[in-house]
Order: sequence, then structure tokens, then C-alpha cells
Amino acid sequence: MKHSRAAIAGGIAAIAATFVVFVIPFLFIILMAFKDKQQSALRDFSWPNGFHLFENLYEVIKTRNWMMITAFINSSLITVVSVTLLIVLAAMVGFVLARRKTKWNGLIEFLILAGLMIPPAVVPTIWLLQGLKLFGTLHGMILIQVAYNLPFSIILYRAFIATIPRELDEAAVIDGARPLDVFFRIILPLLWPVTVTNIVVQSVGIFNDFTNPLYYLPGNQNATVQLTLYNFQSQFSTAYNLLFTNILLITIPPLIVFMFFNRQIVAGMTAGAVKG
Amino acid sequence: MTRTKLFALTGASLLGLMMTANAVNAQQSGYLSLLIDNGPQSVAVAEAWVAAYTEKNPDVTIDIEVRPGGGEGDNIVKTRLATGAMADVFFYNSGSLFQAINPVQNLLPVTNEPWQAGIQDSFKSVVSAGGEVYGTPFAPAMGGGIFYNKPIYEELGLEIPKTWDEFMANNEKIKAAGKTAVIQTYGETWTSQLFVLADFYNVLTEVPDFAEKFTAGEAKFATTPAAVKGFERLQEVYEAGYLNADFGAATYPDGIRMIATGEGAHYPMLTFGIGAIAETQPDHLKDVGFFAQPGDDAATNGLTTWMPDSVYIAKTTASPDLAKDFVGFIGSPEGCDIRNEAVGATGPYMIAGCELPADVPPAVADMLPYFQEGGHNGPALEFLSPIKGPALEQITVEVGSGIRQAADGAALYDEDVRKQAQQLGLSGW
Amino acid sequence: MTAAVAPALKMQRRSLYPGWFYLPAAVIYSVLFLAPTFASLYFSLTRWTLFDATFIGLDNFAQFFREPFLIQGLVNTVIYAVITSGLKVVIGMMLAVMLTSQIMARGYLRSVIFFPVLVSTIGVGMTFTVLMHPTQGMINQALALFGIAGPGWLVDPKLALFSVALVDVWKGVGLATVIYIAGLVAIPKDYYEAARIDGATKLQNFFYVTLPLSRPATATVITLSFIGGLRTFDLIWAMTKGGPGFASDTVASVIYKQYQAGFYGLSTAGNVVLFILIAVLVVPLTMFLNRKQGHE
Repeated sequence: MKHSRAAIAGGIAAIAATFVVFVIPFLFIILMAFKDKQQSALRDFSWPNGFHLFENLYEVIKTRNWMMITAFINSSLITVVSVTLLIVLAAMVGFVLARRKTKWNGLIEFLILAGLMIPPAVVPTIWLLQGLKLFGTLHGMILIQVAYNLPFSIILYRAFIATIPRELDEAAVIDGARPLDVFFRIILPLLWPVTVTNIVVQSVGIFNDFTNPLYYLPGNQNATVQLTLYNFQSQFSTAYNLLFTNILLITIPPLIVFMFFNRQIVAGMTAGAVKG
Repeated sequence: MTRTKLFALTGASLLGLMMTANAVNAQQSGYLSLLIDNGPQSVAVAEAWVAAYTEKNPDVTIDIEVRPGGGEGDNIVKTRLATGAMADVFFYNSGSLFQAINPVQNLLPVTNEPWQAGIQDSFKSVVSAGGEVYGTPFAPAMGGGIFYNKPIYEELGLEIPKTWDEFMANNEKIKAAGKTAVIQTYGETWTSQLFVLADFYNVLTEVPDFAEKFTAGEAKFATTPAAVKGFERLQEVYEAGYLNADFGAATYPDGIRMIATGEGAHYPMLTFGIGAIAETQPDHLKDVGFFAQPGDDAATNGLTTWMPDSVYIAKTTASPDLAKDFVGFIGSPEGCDIRNEAVGATGPYMIAGCELPADVPPAVADMLPYFQEGGHNGPALEFLSPIKGPALEQITVEVGSGIRQAADGAALYDEDVRKQAQQLGLSGW
Repeated sequence: MTAAVAPALKMQRRSLYPGWFYLPAAVIYSVLFLAPTFASLYFSLTRWTLFDATFIGLDNFAQFFREPFLIQGLVNTVIYAVITSGLKVVIGMMLAVMLTSQIMARGYLRSVIFFPVLVSTIGVGMTFTVLMHPTQGMINQALALFGIAGPGWLVDPKLALFSVALVDVWKGVGLATVIYIAGLVAIPKDYYEAARIDGATKLQNFFYVTLPLSRPATATVITLSFIGGLRTFDLIWAMTKGGPGFASDTVASVIYKQYQAGFYGLSTAGNVVLFILIAVLVVPLTMFLNRKQGHE
């Protein structure tokens, strides 16, 4: 009896505390998005005097020639293409790295680990991208995202591939499969749990990336969602309702990802941690 | 001469005149992209110009693109010029910031274009490089000084200060009356520089060749007492407790609101603020006045002036003739009239034939005498020297918040300036 | 028969994991990441305008260590990394223990704690900047209800860096918690059984069973959050831009500011400094964390 009373008291305390700390900031965002300009200027936690969400949304999306729409398209494009490339390339590397032990493996692993730690050298990269005519282009940005996120993905895949028995590969070979077939038809599908984790983590990361587009993708045609939000700060400096509507708008994609993949995220992390 | 010949001659001349007229007013066609900063006055006036120009030239399409101001904007302009991705026509600062975007390499010279004839030489000098002129003013000249709230001055019976001591005495009285004496808005760091930069006229009265020596690396802020004064004054105002309570987080729109509505008595700012007051607090426009930052001597009171921002043409433009025509339109008396209508007058124009409307806001009226006979004005340092350190606005926030001593801040700025001078490849550094 | 088949099988086995699988990834990675990193070692020794580079030796680095605000950035970076990773480890562990116990509404708690990890850093930064406004922000207004005068979170130079660090922890602790949960769940129940039989209290349970056996998770959390803390830029830029003055500058924001100012050589030198800083701090840290594990 005492045990459950303490548990209940502790539970209520935990729920209350997490509500104040973690939920109220999001409620604040939502409330501000419903207010009009004057009320939002008060910046307090009050109930909105009216339902202004739709007109706020319209204002935000219309700003600077519908820039939010361009931004969403660009960000989505970058995210989808980068993540696709990352999955295929990282799985390929992880596969060979896990299976084939050569004397180069040590060097390769070192280079991968370095990629996790070393900060990218931005100005030399800009100079390089300019030389390759990739600076300020979407495809340039995609290649950058792939390059910067390969290490994490490769490590995920390598750890997981170790759990797939070699016999499967060899059985497939005896059945007459070529290496590419073995990889795409047999191995890749088996990697699905890790792929899901990878998709979730990388999509969120790339969609929310602010620093890299800031350096490598200046300009309005290539506007990305984070950069647009940041640039609108001065535009909406006296219109907090619009600013928070914007923040609300860009919180929706991660929210969708979260609702769909909540379970897999924890499962993927657990799998990797246990095996790794 | 026979009558027939006279008629023929008249007819021919008329015809010739008509043809020439048509040639001059020949309609343009084509496409231009225009990159402007995101200041509300810039957006409003750019849209007005585009509307007027495309009405006269229906076959022309002009797209306006907006960029942020401040350091971000500097970066965007520099990067886009460096990568050849700049718009055809763009707004940007004149003076040292102009020098920093590599004008000879990136911009189209407009030295001998027809409209340049009406532009004052003092402006041309700050948009020239390598002997060619590159810019055209699109705004009036500005002054850097102190806005004051007229109702508060009337209520407390204050006089416009002619020396710094008188200014501080005024502040003391205002504080004693329970009001905020000086508004600062460090939430936008660029506004923190005003007390230092607007003091430059006072520096010039004591050390007339400071700018040249500064560029040559011989004069420094820290070792020139007249120059350190700007930093010291910034610190003084903070230490006397004259600032608004939220000075660390307040923004430029907050400052404009506060000075207009009387929440504060003084606001150090450039006169383009008048445009912001006109737009956001039109009812209080008559309540705001302006005076130059006073020095030590009432006799040498003068205004530190800022050359207006300029409109430039990128060398990579696909339609140079159309661009020149459009820029010439902006830099003409007609362009000024459109500006007056769109955003009001905020100062004297640098273009001959540009008139100020009869009724200007009191702050503008306060500013004009400095530019006229018997008045004194001198350019800010960034228009006499190509070197301006990028970290000044952070240093002034530190000095103005009591984080760093004035002398220290001045020395720090000298170091910062050294980086800029070396990057520009100047000798003597 | 075997002798004839063996070499054939061996040849097939070799090409089953073809070397060219490395190729596309290797090309992208070396060109866009490794090459610029090596180039930075050269360009940091020059005065660079992106068009030409004049060799000036170690002048950029001398500048870096001579200007007080550049040194401040360096110091701030280390302080920030230590605070954020320290808090994430401690709070993450506490939350993980709570979430793996018999507490109710676990689903709600896990979701609510983890969701900030997925949200835009810029959005979070902007939201908290408004919440932390010294007079009109909700945090200080709430404190005022209790009679406490809230500090200037982002405008007091002594507090600014710490306030941003707190927001960083708010956003990132969910990830640490999830990693810890994975680690805790992997601890075999037998250990707890044995401890219970020995009459251990909850606290002793924690210090003698849970903590030691979750060392791999702790190592991961420390390493990830420490590296992240050293490289932090987004949150600082969204909330203070390194201000007030230079009080919350970190090496990453210094790098960006020098880049904005057009001092490309100095900016690259900053990158090299950050690189060396990470190498010098993280490599021994990782070795320390993993070596101990080997001993167990």
C-alpha cells in the first residue's frame, strides 16, 4: 500500500514537473500563434482574445512572395534526396566494412570516427564548392549533407550488419546471385530496423539543419525552412504572433515523424546499444 | 527666306524635335532584379519606384528581393558578389563598407552617366574607387546625433544642450523627475555604436587630420584623448544610471516607440529614424526633435553626418542599359518626389533639384540648419577612412553595459581595426 | 573436386564484398570533407580573400590568442561543453531511472521528454529568447508571482552563456535519457536480484549495480554531448549571437563572425583551433572512458 502511494505521489510530481518544464513552452508557442499582433506583443501566457490562427498562417506563408512554400519544398527535397543517398551509400560501406577484413579497415574506421568529431572546415569548403560550381545550389547542399552525415550512418549499419549471419550471403551466392543482388535483395531488407532509425534521425537532423545552409546556401531561391525562420525574425520583430506561427509551422514535420516513428526510435536505439 | 522654306524649316525642326523627344523617352523593355535591405522604408520606397517606373515602361519587369541588414546583410552581399550571383541592381552602404565589397572587380562604373551630373561631389567621393564612381544615392543624407522628446523638455523647462556637460545636467533633471533619461537598445547591437560614432565631429574639431592618420596606422583610438571621449561618454551615461531598465534586450522598434511616446527623453540614433517614427507613430512625429551630439565647447558644436546608402549595378548584370536607366530614374528629382510621397522626407538630398516638401517633421527641421550657411557638419569616420572594424558594435555594447572600461574598449577596437586594415592590404599596418 | 571448386569459390567470395562498394561514399566524403579539412591546415596560415592567399605564417593564431574576445570564445566553448554534457549525464540518468521504474504515465513522460530533441533548434532558441526577456518574459513574470526578481537571463553577461546552456540541456536531455534507457534495460535482472537478496537499499542498488553497469551508455552520452557542446553554434546564434558584447561567444560563433567580416584566413584558423581543441580533449576522454570498461 505504502509502495503504491509513494509511487502515485512520485508519479504526479513527475507529471507536473515535466508538464511545466517540457510542455508549457510548446503551449506558449501555440497560444501565441492564435493571438493577434497587439496581444502577442504582451508576451504573456494568456488565452487568446480571438481565433487568429488562420489569418496568421496566411500572413506568414504570404511573406516575401510565398517564401515559406519555396522553403518547405527546398528543405524537403534536400532531406529526401540526402537521406536516400545516405542509406544506400552507408549501407554499402557498412556491409563491406563489416564483412571484409583487410588491413585498410583500421584506416577507414579512423577516418569515419574523425568525421564524427572534426568540425567541417567551412571556408575552404565554400572555396571548393565555388570552384566546382556547386556553391549555392541545392545539389551542392545535398552532397554536403551526405558527406557530413555518412560517418554516423556507416557506424549504425556496420554495428547492425555484424548481427546478420554470413551464411545468408553465401547461400545467396550459391543460388547464383551477384554481389549487387545479394546486397539489394537480401541484405538491405534485413537492415530495415536500422534503416528506419537512420531515416528518422537523419531526416530530422537535416530538416532542422541551420548552420550548413547558412554557410553554403545563401540566397532567396534556395531558401530553407530554418534559414527562412531566422530571416523572418527581423521581419516579424514587432509581430510575435507571426513569428510563433512560423515556429509552429516548422514544428509540424518533426511532430508527424514523432507520431509515426515513436516506437521505432527507442527500439532502434536499444538494438544498436545492445549489439554495439 | 520664303514662306515655304520657313514652314519647311519649322516643320523639319519640329519633326526633329519630336524624334529626339521620342529617343529620350524611348520605352525600355526587359527584366531587372533588385536586391534591397529589409528596412521598412527601403521596402516601401523601392516598391514605389518600381511601380512608377514600370508604369512609364510597361515592358519592363522588376523583381524585388529582400535581404537582412547588419552583419548578415554584409555577408550576403559579399558572398553573392563573390560568386557572381548578385541581382542586377542592389542597395548597399557607401563609405568603408562600399570599399569592402571590392567595387572595381564587382560593380559597373557610372562615372559619366547623365544623371551623375546632378549629384553632389561629397557623395561621389564615398562611392568611388580607382577613379571611377559606382554609386547613386537613393536616400537623403543623414545625421548621427540625439533624438529628444519635446513634451518632456517642455514639461521640465530644458534647453537644447550645446555641451556634453549641459546634456548630462539635463539627464540629471530628467532622472530626478522619475523619467528615463537615455534610451539604449542593445537588443540590436548596431544601435549601441551611436554615442561613439556620432562624437566624431567633436574629434575632428580637436584633431582635424585624425582620419588620414588613422588610415595610415599612425593615430589610434586608445592613444588619442579626443577619440577615446566617445567611449568614455558611452560609459558615463551607463554609470550615471540614466538608461532604460530593459536596455540590454530592447530593440530598435522599441527605441523608436519609446522616444516618440515619451517613455524616454533621449535616443542616440541616425536621422533615418524619423522615417520609422513617421511610419509607426505618426501621431507623435511632432513630439520628436533632434540635436547633434555636443562636445566640450559650445562654439564648435556640429553634426556628424552619414552619407546615405547607395544603389549599385553589379558587373554581372545581363541588362546594363536598362539597369542604368532605372538607376538614373531613382537618382533624379522625379525619384526624390516619389520618395517624399512614399516615406516622407528625412533629410537633405544629395541630388540637385531634389526639393524637400514644405512641411517637414520637426526633427528634420532641427537637422537642416547644420547643413546650411553658418552650420557645421563633418562626415563620420567611415566616410573618411576605409577601415571600420567589424566588432565595434559588440565592444560598444560592452562599454555601454559596464562590462568593459572605455579605455580598454578603445584599445580593443584598435586591435579589431588592425585586422580589417591588414585584410584590405593597407600599408603601414 | 574440392581443389577445383575451392579457388572458384574463393574468387566468388572475394567479389561478394567488392571494394568498389566504397567508391561513391569515398568520393563524396574525401572531396567534400577530407580535402577541405586538409586545405584548412594550409589556409589558416594565410591572409585569404578567397581569390588570393598570402602566406603569413602563424599570425592568425597569434591574433587568436592575443585578442581577449577570441580567447573568451575559447574559454566559453569548454565551459559550455562541460556544463551541458555534465547536466545531460546527470539529469538524463535520473530521468532514465524514473522512466524504467514502475511510475505511471510512462508513455506520456517519455514522449514529452524526448520531443524537444526533434524540434528545430532555431525555433527553440527564439521561443526561449522571448520567454527569457528580463521584464516581459514569461519566466520572470512567473517568478515575480512568487516575489522573486528574475535575473536578466540573456542580458547579464555573467549569466548569458549559462542560460543558453540550460536551453541546450532542455532540448537535448531527451536523447541522453533514451540512450540511458537502452543501457538500463540491458542490465540483466540477476544483478538486481542478487542485490535485493543482500538487502541493498534503493540508493545502494543505484550506486553499486545501475551506475557501473551502465558505463557504456554513460560513455556514449558524455562523448556525444561533449563533442556537440564544443561545436555548438545554432542555439548561441539564435539566442544571443555571442552577446552581450562577447560574453557568450563560442569558437563556432567566432568562426562565423570572422567569416562574415571577410577575414577568411582568420576564420579558417578558428576552425583549426576548434579541431585541435576537440582532438586534445575528446581523444583522451574517449580512451579514458573505454579503457575503464575493458577492466570490468
